[in-house]
Amino acid sequence: MEGKKEEARYTSVSLPTPLFEKIKERIEGTGFTSVSSYVVYVLREVLSKEAEEKSEPFTREDEERVKDRLRALGYLD
Amino acid sequence: MPPPHGGKLVDRTLTGADLDDAVKRSKSLERLTVSTEMAQEVENIATGVYSPLTGFMGPAELDSVVETMRLPDDTPWTLPVLLDLEESARIEPGREIALVETAAGADGRPFALMEVEELFTFDREHAASLVFGTTEEAHPGVAAMMAMKPVMAGGPIRLLERRPSEFSAYNLTPLETRVLFREKGWRRVVGFQTRNVPHLGHEYVQKTALTFADGVFINPVIGKKKKGDFTDEVILETCRALAEHYYLKERAVIAILSYQMRYAGPREAIFHAIVRKNFGCTHFIVGRDHAGVGSYYGPFEAQQIFDRFPDLGITPVFFNTFAWCTKCGGVVNEKTCPHEGPERMDFSGTRIRELLLAGQVPPPELMRPEVAQVILASSNPFVE
Repeated sequence: MEGKKEEARYTSVSLPTPLFEKIKERIEGTGFTSVSSYVVYVLREVLSKEAEEKSEPFTREDEERVKDRLRALGYLD
Repeated sequence: MPPPHGGKLVDRTLTGADLDDAVKRSKSLERLTVSTEMAQEVENIATGVYSPLTGFMGPAELDSVVETMRLPDDTPWTLPVLLDLEESARIEPGREIALVETAAGADGRPFALMEVEELFTFDREHAASLVFGTTEEAHPGVAAMMAMKPVMAGGPIRLLERRPSEFSAYNLTPLETRVLFREKGWRRVVGFQTRNVPHLGHEYVQKTALTFADGVFINPVIGKKKKGDFTDEVILETCRALAEHYYLKERAVIAILSYQMRYAGPREAIFHAIVRKNFGCTHFIVGRDHAGVGSYYGPFEAQQIFDRFPDLGITPVFFNTFAWCTKCGGVVNEKTCPHEGPERMDFSGTRIRELLLAGQVPPPELMRPEVAQVILASSNPFVE
């Protein structure tokens, strides 16, 4: 049961063997316990950087409405 | 400014015709009475404080969070957000229900709706061992989890109205803080979490962060606390007194976070950072034993855990030990002062509390007199 759950959480990706070997060497003596954990770490970092480039999550109407409240509460002059 | 966690700022607050319809509908729905703390959770979900959550977790989300510290879509998330109910509650999956707050003074009107998707139970001991690192019920977070009602209900919520609060003027939503930070021209914003009255060490940490940031977001936690903690009123008023007398108005914003601490140490530090990212902070201050209790966590565990989240989207700022040094004549840390022993005066919360309990103003090297005066002027600054 536990094994099936773990299987569902992970999938395989193919890496060129020389790259795999390079990573294996690179992670020696670090906190990474496997090539997979290193690749997962790096990919998560890369993907989150891309997400940071998106624009503000509010519209101009939102902004005007909110500014009125912020002025009323004394947060904005 | 960082994007909201998970990429989208959640807003589950109903307005206009949708609100009118929902209010009408709510009158004929099955009602579930929830505590003030649970009502706070609903508001936090609805206003985007807990983005990307849109409701209470179901079993798949809970399992993923407990086991991997991530939501099923791989977004970092470290704490369960659950709605518990009695087995006798007449709630069925696939039905919409109305949530009513039980607190004294609540008017009995539904404040939110929930689409119940799933009812479930979970292995509390296993979850506690992973979330809190212990199953001892002496740990307040474990005790709270064990004391939850037998059945959990998962599903999205919609807020009909925000509940009135004596702190409403300081209760900003992530949308509001994001607009505010932008209006102030802040690009780098440091979030500071507190559940205590500020001493000089806190001020030092915030102002040190301000040397590289454009503004500091002081975000005291307001909500149920342990006996002997400072009251919410005193915490907020002391933060205000400090900012008023010692901060540039254009560099500090104070707003509350209505939230009940879980004392989950490292996992909660990540959660606190996520919440401040949703408020628009780029950085978050993490001190020694952040969100810890007793000796359940190592002093730096709450800092080390950040190494496991390269995709958190908010940068932690770590502070370890700091003290007042009589020889240096200021607040110092382990990197800035070579002195030891009697020249160092630690910011001992216990000592400050003892002085205040005796009606004495702590020395100015520990606490600003304006802050101490607020505490001493309160008839009962501590939770009973």
